[in-house]
Amino acid sequence: MNLLVCVKHVPDTETAVRINLDDKSIQTQDVNFILNPYDEYAVEAALLLKEANGGEVTAITMGPDAAKKTLRTTLAMGADKAIHIACEHTADSGATAKCLAKAIKENDYDLIFCGKQAMDIDNAQVPVMLAEILGLPNISAINKLEVADGKATAHREFEGGVEVVETSLPAVISCHKGLNDPRYASLKGIMMAKKKPIEDSGCSCSVPDIEVVKMEYPPQRSGGKIVGEGVAAVSELVRLLHEEAKVI
Amino acid sequence: MKALVFVEQRKGEFRKAAIEALCEGRRLSEGGACVAVVIGSNVNGIAGQLGGFGADKVLVADNALLENYSTEGYTAALQKAVAETSPDAVLMAATAMGRDLAPRLGARLDVPVLADVTSLTWSDGLQAVRPVYAGKVLMTVKANKKGAIATTRPKAFLPKESDGRSADVQALEFGLTEVDIKAKVKQVQSEGEDMIELTEADFVVSGGRGMKSEESFKLLDNLAKVLGGAVGASRAAVDAGWRGHSEQVGQTGKVVAPTLYIAAGISGAIQHLAGMTSSKVIVAINKDSEAPIFKIADYGIVGDVNEILPALTEEIRKLK
Amino acid sequence: MSEEEKFDCIVVGAGPAGLSAALTLAKAGVEVAVLERGDYPGAKNVMGGILFTTMLDKLIPEFWKSAPVERHVTHRRFSVLSKDGEVAVDFKTAAYNEPPFNNTWTVLRAKFDRWYGDQVEEAGAMIIPGMMVSELLLDGGRVVGVKTEPGGDELNCDCVIVAEGANSFLAEQVGLRQPHDGKHMAVAVKEVIGMPQDVIESRFHLNDNEGCAYEIFGQAVQGTFGSGFLYTNKESLSIGIGSTIHDMKKNQLNPNEVLEHFKNHPAIAPLVRGGESLEYSAHMIPEGGYSHLPKLTMDGLILAGDAAGLVNASHYHEGSNLAMASGVLAAETVIAAKEKGDFSDATLAQYRTKMEGSFVLKDLKKFQKFSQFLIDNPHLLRDYPDSMVGLLTDYFRISEKPKAQIEKEVFDRFKKEIGIFNIAKDLYKAWRATR
Ligand SMILES: Cc1cc2nc3c(=O)[nH]c(=O)nc-3n(C[C@H](O)[C@H](O)[C@H](O)COP(=O)(O)OP(=O)(O)OC[C@H]3O[C@@H](n4cnc5c(N)ncnc54)[C@H](O)[C@@H]3O)c2cc1C
Ligand SMILES: Cc1cc2nc3c(=O)[nH]c(=O)nc-3n(C[C@H](O)[C@H](O)[C@H](O)COP(=O)(O)OP(=O)(O)OC[C@H]3O[C@@H](n4cnc5c(N)ncnc54)[C@H](O)[C@@H]3O)c2cc1C
Ligand SMILES: Nc1ncnc2c1ncn2[C@@H]1O[C@H](COP(=O)(O)O)[C@@H](O)[C@H]1O
Repeated sequence: MNLLVCVKHVPDTETAVRINLDDKSIQTQDVNFILNPYDEYAVEAALLLKEANGGEVTAITMGPDAAKKTLRTTLAMGADKAIHIACEHTADSGATAKCLAKAIKENDYDLIFCGKQAMDIDNAQVPVMLAEILGLPNISAINKLEVADGKATAHREFEGGVEVVETSLPAVISCHKGLNDPRYASLKGIMMAKKKPIEDSGCSCSVPDIEVVKMEYPPQRSGGKIVGEGVAAVSELVRLLHEEAKVI
Repeated sequence: MKALVFVEQRKGEFRKAAIEALCEGRRLSEGGACVAVVIGSNVNGIAGQLGGFGADKVLVADNALLENYSTEGYTAALQKAVAETSPDAVLMAATAMGRDLAPRLGARLDVPVLADVTSLTWSDGLQAVRPVYAGKVLMTVKANKKGAIATTRPKAFLPKESDGRSADVQALEFGLTEVDIKAKVKQVQSEGEDMIELTEADFVVSGGRGMKSEESFKLLDNLAKVLGGAVGASRAAVDAGWRGHSEQVGQTGKVVAPTLYIAAGISGAIQHLAGMTSSKVIVAINKDSEAPIFKIADYGIVGDVNEILPALTEEIRKLK
Repeated sequence: MSEEEKFDCIVVGAGPAGLSAALTLAKAGVEVAVLERGDYPGAKNVMGGILFTTMLDKLIPEFWKSAPVERHVTHRRFSVLSKDGEVAVDFKTAAYNEPPFNNTWTVLRAKFDRWYGDQVEEAGAMIIPGMMVSELLLDGGRVVGVKTEPGGDELNCDCVIVAEGANSFLAEQVGLRQPHDGKHMAVAVKEVIGMPQDVIESRFHLNDNEGCAYEIFGQAVQGTFGSGFLYTNKESLSIGIGSTIHDMKKNQLNPNEVLEHFKNHPAIAPLVRGGESLEYSAHMIPEGGYSHLPKLTMDGLILAGDAAGLVNASHYHEGSNLAMASGVLAAETVIAAKEKGDFSDATLAQYRTKMEGSFVLKDLKKFQKFSQFLIDNPHLLRDYPDSMVGLLTDYFRISEKPKAQIEKEVFDRFKKEIGIFNIAKDLYKAWRATR
C-alpha cells in the first residue's frame, strides 16, 4: 500500500507559552518542538498497515526548516521517506490544506493519515479540508481501524456513542488517542533515519484568510483555599459549595 | 448581518450545544436575519420549534439518506442552504459532528473556518476568540472573507429559554444519491440512554491515578449519580485501563466546563488542566497538600479519596 | 545502519562534559556520537547558574556573542545568615565589564546546553537525544560499546566517554565507583523565579547585562554543611540550596522545605518578592573532592565531569568548568589513542596525568581538606552566625548606654560565646585546609 502521513512540528505540551511583543505570535526561541502527539498515532497506524500489507510510508510536513527534525522522528519510527514543504503559514488550516494538497496531488496514496488535531493552534481542520480539496472521503478522529478489501472501517466517537464508519479507498483518516500505542524510535531507527531522503518542496501558499488580531493570556485562576484535612472537612466543603459558591 | 446556523440533532433531539450556537447566531445577527438549518431523516416535525430560540426561518433537509451523519451528505445539504441564503456567517456547535462538517464545508466554499471559539463579535466581518496552545493563550482572529464559518465551543455561550414561538419551515431541495456518500455510518453504538454526556454535564467528577483501581471509581460513579453528573478521568487513569478513552479530560481528551468539577486523586498536570480550567468551580481532593491541582482549585481537601468520596457523597445526598 | 557500523567514540550524556568532549573530537575528525536521555541537550539539566567559561572561550572564542548567556557577574557576595540577620562580604568591580568578562556568566542550562549542542552538531558530531544508555557492553573486561533504551539496541565503538553526571550508574556498573554513601553527595534544589528586567536591575543595583552572585551560608541551609545561592539572570533569578544528603537526613530536613525556609528568611524574602515561580528542580552534586576521586579510566572507557566527581565544592561552587575541561582532556586522550590504535587502560591513563597538570585537579587538591574541615567543625556554620549577628546587633544598638560600656559588654560576650583563642584556631585550621 502507498501510505502518506501528515505530521506537524509543534511546541512540547509542557512548554510555558510566551507571547511575543507584537501580541500576535508566540516566542519559539528556546521552545522544544516535537512531533504532534496525535500524529504519533497516525504514524503508527500507517506503519502497522505497511507491516501487514507491504508498501511504503511517506511522511510530509509543511513548516519552517526546523520542522525537518519532526520528519526525522517519523523516519526514525519507520517511515520510508519524507517531504518537507518550506512554509511559515502553518496557523491557517485552509492555507495548509491547499499547500499540502498541491504536493500530494501528483501521487496516488491509498490512505492519507493525519492526527486529529495539531496541539498548537488546535484547529482540527486540516485533514477534512485536505480530503475535500483532494476529492476524497474522510473519517475524523478515529480510535479503531480495520483495512481490508479496498475498504477502511473505523470507529469514531461522538457525544453519547460511537459511529462505525466505512469508506472506500483512497481516503483521509485522522487519528485520535486510543487507536494504537505509538512506538518509540529505536537507536537503529534513528541511525537509519539519517540516511533516508527528505525531499524539499516549494511553498505555494496564498495569503491566509484568517488574520490574527491579538494574543493574550487567559485570566489566571486564583488558587483557592484548602478547606481542611480528612473527612472532618467534608461538611464544611459541602456548606461552602452550597452557600458560598452556590453550585449545589 | 445574516447568520445561518446549523442546528445538530440526533434521533430527533437537538443538542444543547447546538441551541447555544443558535442563540449566539440570533444575538450576532441582531437586526438582520437568523436562519437555522436542520438535517436528518424525519426531522420536519421538530424544526419549527427552533423559532423559540430565535430562528426567523428553518431550512430542513429531510432525507432517509441523512438518517445518520455523514460528512458528504450533510455538507451537500449545508452547501445548498448557504447557496439559498448567502449568509454573512455560518455557525454550528463544535461537537464531533460540527468539527467534522465545518472544515469540509469551509474547504468546499473556500471560506475561512474559526474553530472551537469561545466568543464571537461581528463588525464588518466575523471575529472570534479561540483558546489555543491548550488554553495557555487566547487568540483573537478575524475572518477576511464573507460567509466565514465558526464552530462554537459547548458551554461557552449562554443559551436562552425558548419563548415558544414557532418558525416557518422550508424544505431544502437538492439531489443526493447513495453513491455521493462514500464514507457512511454502518452502525451506531449508543451509550446508556440515561448517561449524561461529559461535555454537556453540569457536574463532572474525575478520578486520577490516586484512585488506585478500577474498583474505586465506583465511588465516583456514586458521587456523579447523586449530583446528576458525569464521570471523567485523567490520562493516567485511562492509560491504566480503569476508564475508557472517551472519559479522558484534558489536552488529548475532552474539554469540559461544568459548573462544578471535582478532581479526585489527580495531581494537576498541565495537560489535564487544559481540559478543565474553564469550569466554574473546581474542587480538589488529594492526599498531597503540595499537589499543583490545589493552585487552581477553588476549594481543596487534603485527604484520602477512599475516605473523602463516600463522606462527600453522603453529605450531598443529605442536602438534596 | 549496517550491522558493522561502529563509532570511534561514544559519549554518554550531553552536559558540559560530554558536549565539550564531542566538540573536541569532532573538530579532530573523530567519528563521535553523543547519546542523551533527555529530549534535547539541557532538557534534564539543573544548574544554579554560574558558568565559569575559561574552557568555553577556548573552544568557541567569543562565545558570548552568540551563546544564550544571561549576565556576566560583576558583583559577588558571600554572607552568613543567622536566624534573623546576615553578615556579608560584598565585592563589585567594573573591571569585569570588559571581555572576557572575568569568564563568569549566569546561564540557564536548558537554553545554554541546547545552544552548545547545536554548535557540537555543526562541528560534525552526531547527537542522539531521547536515548538512554542502560548498560556498557564488555568484552573480556574491555568496554566495546553501549546498550540503549528504548529499544535495547546496541552500538559499538572503540571507546566510551562516560559523562552522565553525578549519579553515574555506568561507572558503578564497571566498578569504578561505589554507590554513594550520602556524605560526599549533596542534594541541591533550585527554583527559577521570573522577574522583570528593570526590577532585577534596580533591586540588585546592576547596570545592563551585569549580574550578581550571592553565596549564602549558615541559616540558609539551617546550619547544615551546605549553602544557598542566588544569581541574577536577564529576566529571572536562580535561587537554590544544597547540602549533603547525610546532613539533611541527620537533621531530618527536606530540601524543598529548606529552600522555602531560605526564601522566607528576612534577608532573602525582599529579594525574591513579587517573582513568579517558573521552574523547580532537584539534583545531586558530588562533593567528595580530590581524595574521593575514582579511578578515571579502564580499557575502552574514560570518566569525565560530575561522573568522575569533579566538583570544587568550596565557595567557588565550580563544576561546569571542570566538566568542560575534563571533557576536552578526555577527548585529547582519545585522539591520541586513536592515532596509536590502542584504547587500553595503559594508554587512556594519560588522561589522569593531563588532569593533574591542569587546573582541574590542582584546584581540587587545594581544596581537598576544606570540605572535611567544615564537616569536622559544624559549629562554624551552625553556631557562629548567630553569635556574630548577636554581637553586631548589640554593638550597633543605639541607646543611652555609653559606647565604651557597649564595647566592653560586646567584647565580654564575644569572649564567652566564641573566644579569641577559638576563632584564631578556626581561622588557622581554615587556612591550613586550603593549602
Ligand atoms: C502529549 C501529552 C498529552 C497528555 N494529555 C493528557 C490529557 O488529556 N489528560 C490528562 O489527564 N493527562 C494528560 N497527559 C498526562 C499528564 O502529563 C499527567 O501524566 C497525568 O495527567 C497525570 O494523571 P494523574 O494526575 O491522575 O496522576 P499523577 O500525576 O500520578 O497524580 C496522582 C495524584 O493522586 C494523589 N493521590 C495518590 N493516592 C491518593 C489517595 N489515596 N487519595 C488522594 N489522593 C491520592 C497523589 O498525591 C497525586 O497528586 C498528557 C501528557 C502528554 C505528554
Ligand atoms: C543546583 C545546582 C547548582 C549548581 N551550580 C553550579 C554553578 O553555579 N556553577 C558550576 O560551575 N556548577 C554548578 N553546579 C554543578 C554543575 O551543574 C555540574 O558540575 C555540571 O553540570 C557537570 O556537568 P556534566 O556534563 O558532568 O554532567 P551533567 O550536566 O549532569 O550532564 C549529564 C548529562 O547526561 C545525561 N545522562 C545521564 N545519564 C545518562 C544515560 N545513562 N544515558 C544518556 N544520557 C544520560 C543527563 O541527562 C545529562 O544531560 C551546580 C549543580 C547543581 C545541581
Ligand atoms: N503544517 C502541517 N504539515 C503537515 N500536516 C499538518 C500540518 N498542519 C496540520 N497537519 C495535519 O493535520 C492534523 C490536524 O491539524 P490541525 O487541523 O492544524 O489541527 C495534524 O495532526 C496533522 O496530521
